[in-house]
Amino acid sequence: MKFFTSFIVFLLFSHIASGAHIHVGPRFQVTSIRAALLLAKDNDTITVHHSLYTEGTIVVNKSITLIGDEWPVLDGQLKYEVVSIKADHVNISGFVIRNSGIAALNDPGGVKVYDRSNIVIENNVFENNFFAIYIQYGKNCLIKNNKIIGFGKEEQEIGNGIHCWKSDSLRIIANKISGHRDGIYFEFVTNSIVWRNISKRNIRYGLHFMFSNNDAYVNNIFEENGAGVAVMYTKHVTMYSNTFSQSNGDAAYGILLKEISDAEIIGNKFLSNTAALFLEGANRILIKKNVFSGNGWGLKIQANCMDNTITENNFSGNTFDISTNGSLVLNTFDYNYWDKYAGYDIDKNRQGDVPYHPLSIYSTIIENNPIAMLLYRSFIVSLMERTEKLIPSITPDNFRDNSPQMKPYEL
Amino acid sequence: MNKITNFIITDIIKNKIIIIYTVILALFSWSVLSLEDNTAKAMLSLLNIILLAVPLMAVIFSTIYMYNSSEFIELLVSQPIKRKTIWLSHFAGLSISLSIAFILGIGLPIVVYSPDAAGFSILLMGLFITPIFIAIAMLCSILARDKARGIGIAIMVWLFLSLIYDGIVLYLMFQFADYPIEKPMVIMSALNPIDLARIMVLLKVDVSALMGYTGAIFKQIFGSQIGWIISLGLLTFWIVIPMWFSLIKFKNKDL
Repeated sequence: MKFFTSFIVFLLFSHIASGAHIHVGPRFQVTSIRAALLLAKDNDTITVHHSLYTEGTIVVNKSITLIGDEWPVLDGQLKYEVVSIKADHVNISGFVIRNSGIAALNDPGGVKVYDRSNIVIENNVFENNFFAIYIQYGKNCLIKNNKIIGFGKEEQEIGNGIHCWKSDSLRIIANKISGHRDGIYFEFVTNSIVWRNISKRNIRYGLHFMFSNNDAYVNNIFEENGAGVAVMYTKHVTMYSNTFSQSNGDAAYGILLKEISDAEIIGNKFLSNTAALFLEGANRILIKKNVFSGNGWGLKIQANCMDNTITENNFSGNTFDISTNGSLVLNTFDYNYWDKYAGYDIDKNRQGDVPYHPLSIYSTIIENNPIAMLLYRSFIVSLMERTEKLIPSITPDNFRDNSPQMKPYEL
Repeated sequence: MNKITNFIITDIIKNKIIIIYTVILALFSWSVLSLEDNTAKAMLSLLNIILLAVPLMAVIFSTIYMYNSSEFIELLVSQPIKRKTIWLSHFAGLSISLSIAFILGIGLPIVVYSPDAAGFSILLMGLFITPIFIAIAMLCSILARDKARGIGIAIMVWLFLSLIYDGIVLYLMFQFADYPIEKPMVIMSALNPIDLARIMVLLKVDVSALMGYTGAIFKQIFGSQIGWIISLGLLTFWIVIPMWFSLIKFKNKDL
């Protein structure tokens, strides 16, 4: 009797807690994932052992956990979407997912989530997919520790690394993405966090988001992407402690901000970009405690930006610290450190006693006449710059830092 | 030839001006490099020295030296020595001594403080600029028999190449801003040794900025391996052509 009750209890709990456990592999009874999915019920676990699985599209329509043992390979043979998730509470980890089909009409992905919630995609390797991870109407999903490699050459031939569309409450953590069109793409995604990802050498943007309000980007690294990071038509974005480096090329930016408002950009590092931060139609943005170092242009701030606060940043080793395209100045630039500042500090309050004009005349000239870069740093141009610093005539006089720092901040 | 070159070098060193030149260059570059914690900024100060002071020193010193050694040259001509040898050994003596001064004054601190691509490009350009302006000075000194006039021409050439030429280029850029002037402008800049040297250094110092719009043109023309070779070739031409002209003049000159 005692044995019987304990057996009942065991059955009960095992069912609730983990469900059945199905093994898939060449040495097991079930040899295909499709067959295992037919056998499985909600909350079951399927362990897939190492082998090559070419089963077309694997449709996961039950709430199960799929675990790869010793990196089983799911191959889409460049024809099919590899995994389609059409159930809530699905968990996928430990797979190598590669060679998804390429199609512009239905956007096949390595893993694609259709209108579902609580999906976990963790510790997978994605190789040579059109879209690696595609979340469509997803909610509360976790994408963590995936390694995503694409081999795209042209923008139109490849999709994005992590593509999220009309989703909410996503957590995208510690993924490594390279070689896709956009590393991470957000469109109409809200209340989400992108944390500790590394997005390198993507063809277009390392991170691209549009119409995605209330998101946070923290501790990510964006490097050598074709055009850096683009942020467009969005409100209430926070970007903390990211590193943007080596976005080089015409129209390549560390961050491109277009029609953004109420954002916070704090503690980021911009290193060796052609233009570190480009603002167009950006309002009420706080840019604070960032490092701008070794860039062609530190800030390119268009005259249609207003009420932005640029404060406590370090500008050093940039060819031009700031450039703009008009004479209207509706932003403040106080309390920054500029390595080109040549003023003095008699009252020893660590702030320069004369205001600094960060806008160099030649950056204004180059804005209108880019080929003039040929003469940069020549004697005649230095003369022009000196004269303009003494008697501002072309550059707006109120474009200035009233309290430039004498020493750089420790950032 | 070696004997004459050696004699000229020792003569120039005895002259002491070259030592003062070395000391001034060294003082300037050591102080700039050790006081400035941002080496990129220090490099730019050094760049200005190379684009202004080094050519000025080379051109004035060499012109005056050539005029002063006219009696020595007459003496040598009376010996069984080819005129070509006399002229080239003067050039060699001047360029070796001024280049050594440059290497000791600016090269050494650069190697110590900033042995990177930017530093070495500055060093290399200085080593081109020096003989270029010595060659120009020798041409000026042979063109005019009158000393004041020769020095005047030399200074005008320096002023033209370092300031007026850029002014003209800038003026043309604004006048023809609406036309596709990129290539002609690049060619025009490449024809001036000072501009060319500046652009070669710019390619190493302002890398990020040059990746932008003009960067495409810059990279195409100057940044590639072939671009480097062409640029160095152009700089060599700037040594060879004035030298060659002055040599022809000297060979046919009635001393």
